[in-house]
Amino acid sequence: MKSAVVLVPGLNRDRDMIAALTKVSGQAPATLWQTETTLPEGLDLIVIPGGFSFGDYLRCGAIAARMPVMRAVADAAKRGVTVLGVCNGFQILVEAGMLPGALMRNTSLKFVCREVKLQVTNANTAFTRQYQPNQIIRCPVAHHDGNYFAEPEELERLEGEGRVVFRYAENTNPNGSINDIAGIMNASGNVLGLMPHPENLIESAHGGDDGRGIFESVLAKAA
Amino acid sequence: MISNDLAITSDLVASHGLKPDEYQRILDLIGREPSFTELGIFSAMWNEHCSYKSSKKWLRTLPTTGPQVIQGPGENAGVVDIGDGDVVVFKMESHNHPSYIEPYQGAATGVGGILRDVFTMGARPIAAMNALRFGAPDHPKTKHLVSGVVAGVGGYGNAFGVPTVGGEVNFDARYNGNCLVNAFAAGLAKSDGIFLSEAKGVGLPVVYLGAKTGRDGVGGATMASAEFDEKIEEKRPTVQVGDPFTEKCLLEACLELMASGAVIAIQDMGAAGLTCSAVEMGAKGDLGIELDLDKVPVREDAMSAYEMMLSESQERMLMVLKPEKEAEAEAIFVKWGLDFAIVGKTTDDLRFRVLHQGVEVANLPIKDLGDQAPEYDRPHVEPKKPAPLAANDIPQADIADALLKLLNSPDMSSRRWVYEQYDTLIQGNSLQRPGGDAGVVRVEGHASKALAFSSDVTPRYCEADPFEGGKQAVAECWRNITATGALPLASTDNLNFGNPEKPEIMGQLVSAIKGIGEACRALDFPIVSGNVSLYNETNGQAILPTPTIGGVGLLKDWDRMARIAFSGENQPILLVGAPQQWGTHLGQSVYLRDIHGRNDGPPPPVDLEAELKVGIFVRGLIERGVAKSVHDLSDGGLAVGLAEMAMASGIGATVPGLADIDPIPVFFGEDQNRYLVALDLDAQGSEFEALLREAEAAGIFAPWIGTTGGTDLKLGQARAVPVADLVNAHESWFPAFMEG
Repeated sequence: MKSAVVLVPGLNRDRDMIAALTKVSGQAPATLWQTETTLPEGLDLIVIPGGFSFGDYLRCGAIAARMPVMRAVADAAKRGVTVLGVCNGFQILVEAGMLPGALMRNTSLKFVCREVKLQVTNANTAFTRQYQPNQIIRCPVAHHDGNYFAEPEELERLEGEGRVVFRYAENTNPNGSINDIAGIMNASGNVLGLMPHPENLIESAHGGDDGRGIFESVLAKAA
Repeated sequence: MISNDLAITSDLVASHGLKPDEYQRILDLIGREPSFTELGIFSAMWNEHCSYKSSKKWLRTLPTTGPQVIQGPGENAGVVDIGDGDVVVFKMESHNHPSYIEPYQGAATGVGGILRDVFTMGARPIAAMNALRFGAPDHPKTKHLVSGVVAGVGGYGNAFGVPTVGGEVNFDARYNGNCLVNAFAAGLAKSDGIFLSEAKGVGLPVVYLGAKTGRDGVGGATMASAEFDEKIEEKRPTVQVGDPFTEKCLLEACLELMASGAVIAIQDMGAAGLTCSAVEMGAKGDLGIELDLDKVPVREDAMSAYEMMLSESQERMLMVLKPEKEAEAEAIFVKWGLDFAIVGKTTDDLRFRVLHQGVEVANLPIKDLGDQAPEYDRPHVEPKKPAPLAANDIPQADIADALLKLLNSPDMSSRRWVYEQYDTLIQGNSLQRPGGDAGVVRVEGHASKALAFSSDVTPRYCEADPFEGGKQAVAECWRNITATGALPLASTDNLNFGNPEKPEIMGQLVSAIKGIGEACRALDFPIVSGNVSLYNETNGQAILPTPTIGGVGLLKDWDRMARIAFSGENQPILLVGAPQQWGTHLGQSVYLRDIHGRNDGPPPPVDLEAELKVGIFVRGLIERGVAKSVHDLSDGGLAVGLAEMAMASGIGATVPGLADIDPIPVFFGEDQNRYLVALDLDAQGSEFEALLREAEAAGIFAPWIGTTGGTDLKLGQARAVPVADLVNAHESWFPAFMEG
């Protein structure tokens, strides 16, 4: 699998993501600095990792979404390249208009880092085929602004089209997200944003490998 | 702008925290009256915070060397060998005074400062801890401080991207007027990639890196060297403001720059900013430094030389650069959006010269600024030892009720409310997160190595007997690291005390350092870095003496690592290192304090020889793979230790206790050098028998006290308590306190 990780100042889970992609696919991803306008040929997956791009001093992800590399990522997504945004990466995708809705401050108004349960609401996507439908998996979260919101019509569309891919399960919603939404995809099904960190649960040292399925699903599609 | 020609009056000298005899010393050294800027520079270099003038004499007595030590105290952080060309770089530092005045920014910049200390040395930070101490829960300021400090620690560390893997939170009325924020950070580097602050070479560029200089924090280090009174709110402008985003960029830029081979010497700008960093680099290298302040990147207009020299704006570094690498170095900083400015040069005249708008505003002998700082042998009185409790003085309580009450108390309840606001798993290497005996992080790029971290001190023990308390802080840290299976390598000390000009306080400091030194020598646990915070007093009321010890240990193979959770049912539980009656010492225990409201008796003494012997034995069991669940006993003794193992696993245990022996000291005594070990062995089997004989042969009492299993914890004759009830008691105090 040929993958690439977007680098914007302030992102800080880039190393976690690079390690996870390398371990799962056996191949180190390329890195894409914020100013790049052309992407390597033949990418199967572009990942925007978590962190605090530009300190998140403006709305989370708002500045990163306007960096040149994101235009190239959007173009690639239009051509059908698979794009995954995790945590700040999800916020950046929303700010870039590549995913609908908004990610607001957690209802607790506090940063939260803990393990939650996720339900694989749609197991028939490029990101989830390695899971069973409605399978419950473990996954850590670590964020301050993960409270997903969308207008009622938008929400209805997301739910109706099966675009809510992951939902917080078993009363573990850590942030007040509407409909317990943890991850959504675009209408074409090739762009996924999710708040939890599957890259931090892929091997025994992490205490489990429930997050692996996301990367393995993309890998299987690429193969 | 205040003119550099401002008349130097005795009031002005006093407001800089300089005593008349100290000012006389300045006059003698330079042979003239100092300029206003020079007075500021002396005040910055000679305050307690930067000069260690009250503690230096005693700090010199601490053991700081060993075959594992690559760099001891005196640099930005200590450096310890962990094999295979890897080193761990670490230090702990206080940010007490600023955190009380402005909790969010005080704590945030404390974290920022310690991270910078670590990456200035060439290490990428891989773990952080925080030892926090607050006033009584019912004091009107406590909740505000807890919420601000915790948010500040998280706000900075989370955005910077370092996992917080451990720490402490305690409450005591003696911290009502002075909270403590002790921040620890550790990083990984290669042994041939360590960077020091000693400047080398004459006429080389001195480069300013990072964020711009503003007026924030002017005089911060001087503020931190004085007691508080009711006018403390006026000191808010001396607290700096943190920017973790810039720090993250600075980290990446510095590591890139170091890899390029451009760096000769580097020093972070912490306390007393530009002054301290420039003087330190020059004085260490036997060189003079000339600074041109017109080149310093500033974010405010009309800053005076005085303000620029004393600003404690964060996220800044000073570096001596190889001139031929200038373009390459600047490109790296431009890429990361950071300032890069040549602000001066090294000279051969051993003078510290500062130019501003074409005028020389300071010209001082650079070595004397550090070397000639006053050093005091302050009078101290030996602390009185408390009388032991009478043998029959064993106040009674229902064991199950007492245990539930302790688990639901301010000091013993779960810290989940705190540590869930910290990113504990970023970097993907956290093997043990907060809640256990020590945080454990695997060493990236190595198949099996991991590092264990713990931060410890029991202030009430130190108050009762600073010498034994100092010993105990070291021993508990060493024991917590050992309980994971790691070999403790070295430590860092963060000594928090009151006003050293009072002989009783100085006596506490001296005795605690003696105790720390004795324990570090006995346990081969040298101090490689540290920090002293004095004058933690408000209106004459000092904090409890709090010498926090942060330690680092090495696990050869994290696959053979112990955790506090019981790993299975029907496992025999040993109490390794116990006295014949399992537990005896109630003096200064949380049982006496929190169940009976008593603070009397001596703290439990630490037998360092036994500590070492028992620790080696326990580590051997973990390395052999027979002990997967291990927990050291400390506050709350056997009862709380067992409860914590049960709560972490959801598995109960039955521990019948001893016939004809009062169960209170057995279950709540805080005797030292004890570990609970649940064995992955059949209690009827020969291997178990052999292991018991082995302990006996080593001269270690390790009674089989009970067995894991079921859903209740049964202690002696007390009623069985469901583990779920223990969890409920343990988890409910903190959220109820903060949200109540």
